[in-house]
Amino acid sequence: MPKDSVIGTSTKRREDKRFITGRGQYTDDIVLKDQTYAAFARSDVAHGKIVSIDTSAAEAMPGVLAVFTGEDFAEVGGNPAGWLIHSRDGTPMTEPKRPVLAHGKVRHVGDAYAAVIAETAEQARDAAEAIDATIEELPAIVDLRQAASDTSNRVHDEVASNVCFDWGWIEDNRAAVDEAIKGAPHVTTLELRNNRLSPNPIEPRCSIGDFNPGTEDYTLYTTSQNPHLTRLLVCAFVMGIPENKLRVVAPDVGGGFGSKIYHYGEEALVLAAAKRIGRPVKWTCSRSEAFLTDAHGRDHVTKIELATDFDGNFIAVRTETFANLGAYLSNFATATPTFLHGTLMAGNYTVPNVYVNVKGVFTNTVPVDAYRGAGRPEATFSLERVIDKCARELGIDPIEIRRKNYIKPHQFPYTTPVALEYDTGDYDAVMDRLEAIADLSGFERRLNDSASRGKLRGLGISSYIEACGIAPSNLVGALGGRVGLYDAATVRVNATGTISVMVGAHSHGQSHETTFPQIVADRLGIDESKIEIVHGDTAKIPFGMGTYGSRSLAVCGSAVVRATEKIIAKAKLIAGHMMEAGDAEVDFEDGVFSVRGTNKNVPFGDVALKAYIPHDFPLDRIEPGLEETAFYDPANFTYPSGCYACEVEVDPGTGKVEVMSFAAADDFGNVINPMVVEGQVHGGIAQGIGQALMENAVYDENGQLLSASYMDYTMPRAYDVPMFKVDHSANTPCTHNPLGVKGCGEAGAIGSPPALVNAVIDALQRAGRSSVTHIDMPLTPSRVWDAIHNS
Amino acid sequence: MKISMTVNGKEVAREVEDRRLLVDYLRQDLGLTGTHVGCDTSQCGACVVHVDGEPVKACTMLAADAEGAQVKTIEGMAGKDGTLHAIQAAFQEHHGLQCGFCTPGMIMSAAALLKENPKPNEHEIREYLDGNICRCTGYHNIVKAIMAASGQPVAIAAE
Repeated sequence: MPKDSVIGTSTKRREDKRFITGRGQYTDDIVLKDQTYAAFARSDVAHGKIVSIDTSAAEAMPGVLAVFTGEDFAEVGGNPAGWLIHSRDGTPMTEPKRPVLAHGKVRHVGDAYAAVIAETAEQARDAAEAIDATIEELPAIVDLRQAASDTSNRVHDEVASNVCFDWGWIEDNRAAVDEAIKGAPHVTTLELRNNRLSPNPIEPRCSIGDFNPGTEDYTLYTTSQNPHLTRLLVCAFVMGIPENKLRVVAPDVGGGFGSKIYHYGEEALVLAAAKRIGRPVKWTCSRSEAFLTDAHGRDHVTKIELATDFDGNFIAVRTETFANLGAYLSNFATATPTFLHGTLMAGNYTVPNVYVNVKGVFTNTVPVDAYRGAGRPEATFSLERVIDKCARELGIDPIEIRRKNYIKPHQFPYTTPVALEYDTGDYDAVMDRLEAIADLSGFERRLNDSASRGKLRGLGISSYIEACGIAPSNLVGALGGRVGLYDAATVRVNATGTISVMVGAHSHGQSHETTFPQIVADRLGIDESKIEIVHGDTAKIPFGMGTYGSRSLAVCGSAVVRATEKIIAKAKLIAGHMMEAGDAEVDFEDGVFSVRGTNKNVPFGDVALKAYIPHDFPLDRIEPGLEETAFYDPANFTYPSGCYACEVEVDPGTGKVEVMSFAAADDFGNVINPMVVEGQVHGGIAQGIGQALMENAVYDENGQLLSASYMDYTMPRAYDVPMFKVDHSANTPCTHNPLGVKGCGEAGAIGSPPALVNAVIDALQRAGRSSVTHIDMPLTPSRVWDAIHNS
Repeated sequence: MKISMTVNGKEVAREVEDRRLLVDYLRQDLGLTGTHVGCDTSQCGACVVHVDGEPVKACTMLAADAEGAQVKTIEGMAGKDGTLHAIQAAFQEHHGLQCGFCTPGMIMSAAALLKENPKPNEHEIREYLDGNICRCTGYHNIVKAIMAASGQPVAIAAE
């Protein structure tokens, strides 16, 4: 197959066949012999002292096999934070233990304090309800700012005033930034809330623990985006199981969006329970439990200031953010509002002075962690909203002010004042593409058309940059990261020439089973249908770090390339031997090895076969077999960027916002499969529209989650979104990975909320509501109506 | 209690608890795990099956209520020889799925739509999918797939 036909081709997905015929295998579809069921007793108060737990009635109920409480796990470890943050004064953050089951105190509604194992799921649930716990209710700590100044009421006794860290980035820049803002001709200030979200993959979490007493091997089937990370956390930190005695299998997983990165206590519980009762234990999360236990996203309160000259040239950006961490530190909770947020605060712009302050605050709410975009949507939203407000104050067109401040192509590599080095980009070219696909020149006509129907039309623009391909291990290590963020791949060429590729990334919608073979096929010049991807099973794959942060292709895909290059090098040795030539004389092209300057050649398949029938191998020089592993650690983040345009119609009578069009021009570097990339962008935009218009995880003052079902937490349905216009033709390939790719999974969710909110503000401003400069997300009809009628 | 019904053309009879939901009956008693459970409140539509030709959320119907009924699940959509139903094929052709979890319900709802309205426009498709949530695709390619499956041109988006 000609080399250029594989990369950049919209190969149809091979994973689809099992999903469209009902033959996918998700964790809850797995039934093990003699399987039992777990159910949890969960706190119905946000904050309380556990006085006593009486399990006797539950233990006597039909089918009950075992009951666990926090006491059973008092001696085992806690679920750790993966990133150590230091406060501005140099002190390390405080890390309270996150136990398998609550012990001593419950800290959020849904915090599990006991678990029941029974013969059937119904019996387990019935018995869990019969557990009689006396919990002395304490005042709930819910409001973020209040929590941060409350010294008498603490989520964790050891954390005074509930502030886990008070982080400055970069602290040494602070005085210069303060000075620049003080002396600036114009300062635009905006206070906003980045609304709290429930990730809501449609598949609820599920875990099955299994233990073989004969071998002392554990197996955990679980809904995970990263089985090796889960294994590491369970073994090294929580349970103390030797890593070689735990196999973690993440089979088909029905979406994650971040919420399935983390290790959760239920996974440890089913393993401990399986060992105690000697039978497999399954737990399937109900949707109500998912709302009360899956890590939430976002939840920042931010003040941002943008200093400019009167021509709109940026001089300085300063932010102060309160970031909700929830009741415990989830695995990446401390990295998300800090290094994944503060380092992006320069955006796509040449702004010489930037300072970011983030206070991470404990509250009696579900832990908050990375959700699609993870810190970067929060940074982008703050920046793109304040830029829009600034443009309006200065009377500059929103596209013009962005173009005026863009980093220009000749300035790359570009080091920002918040420490990232952007390798490449051409933001003007991307904006050019946006202007074309969004038909911005036709806006006036559409505005008039909307007006003729009594609707207020608005146009919103945003730009974004994100740091993806997470991440260079040396860099994250220097910044407090406690894990390596490389990835790994093994390419196994079978004797008959088919290929199995075992990868550390996990595909739960990202289409790796289709796109990774395209990479290998491109390098080897063989048909992609002969290449199979294996993922999601620690017993089969090399120790990779999984899928999140738009990293799979840039990091794991690069590992696939490196392993494939090793295969070619080894195959050249074998081919040279077969053709009686030195391997330095052997060329490889389009699946055929040849000796330079001769007509000798052997096809790849013959070399593969020879590798496993090495009757005449010079064994001192060539080992049998054709299988290679590569670990790839990136040299830098990748920096996808984009420009988005949203047009809305606001109904002045009801405040309802309708998204009339949405256009996204992105620079993802090289694209392996355009169909897949476009699908990722569509989904990201829809989630961003969800955040901007309807999604909101709401707690009342007692810490009760009011939005804890699909009846109460509104997500976009098919009629809430338009057809999307997407473009990825203005590409600048990444300069430091072998594929030149950047990552596309989170872009849509990052760029879309500010574009949409900017559009609504534009609509209201055009309608003469000049005092409406901001509305907090979600822009529900009542909030928009209020802005129209009470401004 | 004992119940009997026809599922994907095959007669089945089982002893079940009175409170057994149809979705649990299909998934756990019959092993038809293509029908999924995504919520507790009849909102997500991952569990849509056809009962006597009508789309039904199987999480909201007792198995006993399907006594004597003709039930069709995602496993019964392809032909006996494995030929995909036009909607299944269109979902693959137009990338109408990513993680695949909502997909069985989406396909069953789409099939019910096309039976009722063989040539729906974009608006009608979006309205009909009111009871099915997809968190991955942003619906764009689902709409395209259903347009294609109904034999209509899909060039409705400038891409």
